[in-house]
Amino acid sequence: MKKRNLLILILFILTFSATIVSITSCNKIFPEMINPENGLCGPITLTSSQTLLFSEGNDQFFANRTSATGLGPYFVATGCGSCHSSDNRGHPFTILTRFGQTDSTGNKFLAEGGPQLGTFCLPGYTPETIPAGATSTKLIAPITAGVGFLEAVPDSEIIAMADANVNNPNGVRGHPNYNTIPSYVTPLSGAIPRADGKYICRFGRKAAVYNLFQQVAMAYNHDMGITSNYMPYNPFNYLEEAVPTTPSTPEIDNNTFYSVVFYVTALQTPIQRNATDATVIQGQNAFVKIGCADCHKQNLTTGYSPIQGLAYQTFQPFTDLLVHDMGPGDDDHYTEGDALTSEWRTTPLWGLGLAPGVQGGDVYLMHDGRAHSIQQAIQMHGGESAVSAANFSKLSSADQTSVIKFLQSL
Amino acid sequence: MKIILSALFITILLFYFQPASAQIDSSLLNTPAKKDTAKHTLSMDAIYNRPFKKLGSSSLSIGGYVESDVQYTNTSGITNGDQFQFRRFSLFVSSTIAPHIKFLSEIEYEDDPSGDAGEAAGPEFGVEYAALDIEFNPLLNLRGGMILNPIGGFNENHDGPKYEFTDRPIAMTQMLPDTWNNPGFGLYGKKYSGHWMYGYEAYVTGGFNDSIINNSQGKTFLPAAKSSITRFNTSASGEPLYTGKLSFGNDQIGELGLSYMGGVYNTWRVEGAQVDNKRSVNVFDVNFNGTIPGLHTNIISEWAWIFVDIPPDYTPEYAHKQFGGFIDIVQPIIHGHILDWDNATVNIAVRGEYVDWNDGNFAATGQKMYNDLWSIMPAISFRPTPQTVLRLNYRRQTQNDITGNKIGAAIGPTAGLSFGLSTYF
Repeated sequence: MKKRNLLILILFILTFSATIVSITSCNKIFPEMINPENGLCGPITLTSSQTLLFSEGNDQFFANRTSATGLGPYFVATGCGSCHSSDNRGHPFTILTRFGQTDSTGNKFLAEGGPQLGTFCLPGYTPETIPAGATSTKLIAPITAGVGFLEAVPDSEIIAMADANVNNPNGVRGHPNYNTIPSYVTPLSGAIPRADGKYICRFGRKAAVYNLFQQVAMAYNHDMGITSNYMPYNPFNYLEEAVPTTPSTPEIDNNTFYSVVFYVTALQTPIQRNATDATVIQGQNAFVKIGCADCHKQNLTTGYSPIQGLAYQTFQPFTDLLVHDMGPGDDDHYTEGDALTSEWRTTPLWGLGLAPGVQGGDVYLMHDGRAHSIQQAIQMHGGESAVSAANFSKLSSADQTSVIKFLQSL
Repeated sequence: MKIILSALFITILLFYFQPASAQIDSSLLNTPAKKDTAKHTLSMDAIYNRPFKKLGSSSLSIGGYVESDVQYTNTSGITNGDQFQFRRFSLFVSSTIAPHIKFLSEIEYEDDPSGDAGEAAGPEFGVEYAALDIEFNPLLNLRGGMILNPIGGFNENHDGPKYEFTDRPIAMTQMLPDTWNNPGFGLYGKKYSGHWMYGYEAYVTGGFNDSIINNSQGKTFLPAAKSSITRFNTSASGEPLYTGKLSFGNDQIGELGLSYMGGVYNTWRVEGAQVDNKRSVNVFDVNFNGTIPGLHTNIISEWAWIFVDIPPDYTPEYAHKQFGGFIDIVQPIIHGHILDWDNATVNIAVRGEYVDWNDGNFAATGQKMYNDLWSIMPAISFRPTPQTVLRLNYRRQTQNDITGNKIGAAIGPTAGLSFGLSTYF
């Protein structure tokens, strides 16, 4: 009896072990942590209480909203994670459409639902439409990782980068985008407002949003149709509804709101991969040589931040946070803040090589995803960046390949 | 995970040492209820084809089952450690009221995070089934009350002790709703001819609601409708959900089931005024179960296709089409007298699963929409009796979000080890 039971035991164990081994082959039984080089989503170094807040914000950031939790009736996405899968760039299926502003005097179509189009709507509603006479642009959501570092860059550093361009031989100029900030936004420490009361803004494709607090409020309201204490009016369809004048009950509470603001603020920066690869280094040198780094500045340094992990850090976003004239090819006749319609914020290039992972294996670059490869994106650079784009075309095939490989390593 | 390994070790010890019997053999008290019509059974008979105990001289028979487990799972290197889960406790009460008139009810406590996916808030305790059956003829039975819609095989045949896996199939719990019950009425019947059996079921019941395209999953998710218990007295669409199934069985081969479920799911009128078009959900399902003669290899498989009419201006995150299913292969390797049990069995098994919650392409780019999942789960189980199972499972799973991204805390590669028990009592 005992011998039979022992045999059963051995068979039990061997069979299970063999099955697991055959299934997992060379892999370990349990998955390892995502290599930070290949994924985003991780936090900077935080205290225990900050980690708990980050975790709460993480859950809320990737939560899907429903009509019962405030979604709509007009929206573009059902949650932050819809546009920022893994805190990365957006996919064209959640592309934003903005309309109604052609100069610094403001949006002339607010009574018609401007500035953002509610592309989708809940059942029973009719989607918003762009009113006659309004110009518009389409915008793919930018990468979320590292934005807390961008927020902590002092105004003085942004102004200094603009000033340094005065004699740029490639014709690069650029300027900060000054915009009026809403009453619920508190200026950051060290802010340098202009005499007309406008502040240097830095978020969004037009750099028209002041800080992450404002960005989160706008994203909930414009992208998901969710009201907060800060933006209490739901988007509306001007063809069917009057402009709302009575604030709605907030559909997101302040604690949830703050946790999401903290979450995006405390996200780690993307990490470059294969930084020591010879071709990558060759590409980086060529990138600087042809003038790309005039705008896509590798290193920026943060100033004071109440979050210790963000304060006084040098990081590598490959942007100068300025808006530059990109020429008529990128002029959609729509703008925000003080930027001209052809001016766009220098897109941070960090995380560029991870874009295919969240864009279905392909890439959709430039502000509206019109470029389907890095090479195509470079060639679409006009205006102040035309010289750099032309210089890229003059590079040898090997050097062009190395630049692409460098950009893919970011 | 240490807990699970400890459980395995204890199991090993139990196998090795002869235990002393400290229990009264409850089978001495066992008086199984009569089966309904004949010795042949189909999946549709599952609700009655359970071990019941007759209560004295009354017409009542009772039974039930319980499921519990400990799991260790890891997604993208992140784990919450060992999780002890008491998933189900179910009580059946059956009564033969008069010749050809029977009643059966099932009351269940359920708290299964693997089959819930966050739609229901915590444990549920409710009436899963409570229906009256009147047999006019074996080919014509009337059933009414709280019934299980006969879509596929798993929905009607889902008792934990019948399976070698701690988790229910993902496609049958997170694409189709499992234990999808509704108030309603219908007809069913069976016919036997030699080794062959034929059965049909046709029901009209309450049904789905708008939550299937408006839920915290952010995807078309039929199980979301389960969280609304108002469906037990109010139909969201005001129209019936039709469910029908044809079953073909052979004693030597197995059973093939073809089923359909469909109807209007949305609240299309409010205060008598039409506020939306009627939108339908249609489900087609094929299920098979059988045993390979000689090898005694048992195969259970079910695959379903879901088509949902989505408003044209709605986000593509909610799919028009879904597809998924599973296959279980169970091989008995030892059968006979083990320890003090004369009818014990040791099985090895494997389950393969696939679910595509968004079968289609993005209108914006023409690219494939993903939101899919693959899983394979080897298992080993020990059944001291056919009604009781101890099971050890290992799961390996990979999942993509809608864009194809597979790197993330919630959607990355997943592995899990679980040890559980389930038994009828």
